[in-house]
Amino acid sequence: MEIGLTHYLIISAILFSLGMFGIVARKHAIMVLMGLELVLNAANINFIAFARFGGMNIEGHVAAIFVIILAAAEAAVALAIVLNIYQNFRHVNVDEVDQMRD
Amino acid sequence: MDLITIGFYFLAALTIVFGAIVVITKNIMHSAFSLLFTFAGIAGLYVLMQADFLAITQIMIYIGGILVLIIFGVMLTTHITGVDVRSGTLGKFQMIGAVMMMIVIAVSLIVVFMSTRWFLAESQPVEETAPQIGNLLLTKYLLAFEAASMLLLIAIVGAAFIARKHK
Repeated sequence: MEIGLTHYLIISAILFSLGMFGIVARKHAIMVLMGLELVLNAANINFIAFARFGGMNIEGHVAAIFVIILAAAEAAVALAIVLNIYQNFRHVNVDEVDQMRD
Repeated sequence: MDLITIGFYFLAALTIVFGAIVVITKNIMHSAFSLLFTFAGIAGLYVLMQADFLAITQIMIYIGGILVLIIFGVMLTTHITGVDVRSGTLGKFQMIGAVMMMIVIAVSLIVVFMSTRWFLAESQPVEETAPQIGNLLLTKYLLAFEAASMLLLIAIVGAAFIARKHK
């Protein structure tokens, strides 16, 4: 069977659901961040697959580049916040962090 | 089975197996390193989809940047040597709910993807993508490109400001 659009879409669907599971089921803030990266990568696979099989439309690549830019900015800010939480609470479990001031 | 098919299934298995390890394993350091193989597999899938520039970008930004940042974050916030008692997993009830949610999302997405009749253009000759992406970024998407540069600047300054040591 020829490798087509559906194959790539199924990979991205599985990756997306794994990322959602990581976001929902894990307590460590950095694990939540990793789940988020998996979700963004799944979206990127979709962009590129539609660009490839919709007649090599390059605008999908540009959209994927913007997703990567946003992921980089989000990772930097999120890790800064996580470090700050660690300084205050000495742990980073997202379900136990319940106040924003010292 | 030609080489492309074998390569596709190898990369797909690499991506999904290590992606599962990322979310399942207890040791957070192991999941950070499994993320490396997931990102590498995704870069390989980009190569199979003729997106050469995106594959290099994936390797440079995700593996070289975001992953290193995540590993730094793990090492700065987790007690690596001792078992961190406070970072347990969910209760049984919530875990069952999370697994159910994951299965429902995966099955419904796959059913939608398989049952839709996608409009497919006939395959065109593939050229290098980097010059075309550069053209688009500096013509049609110029405003978004500049906004992204401002966003990155603000994110850098804001992250440095938030993460600094408080007196």
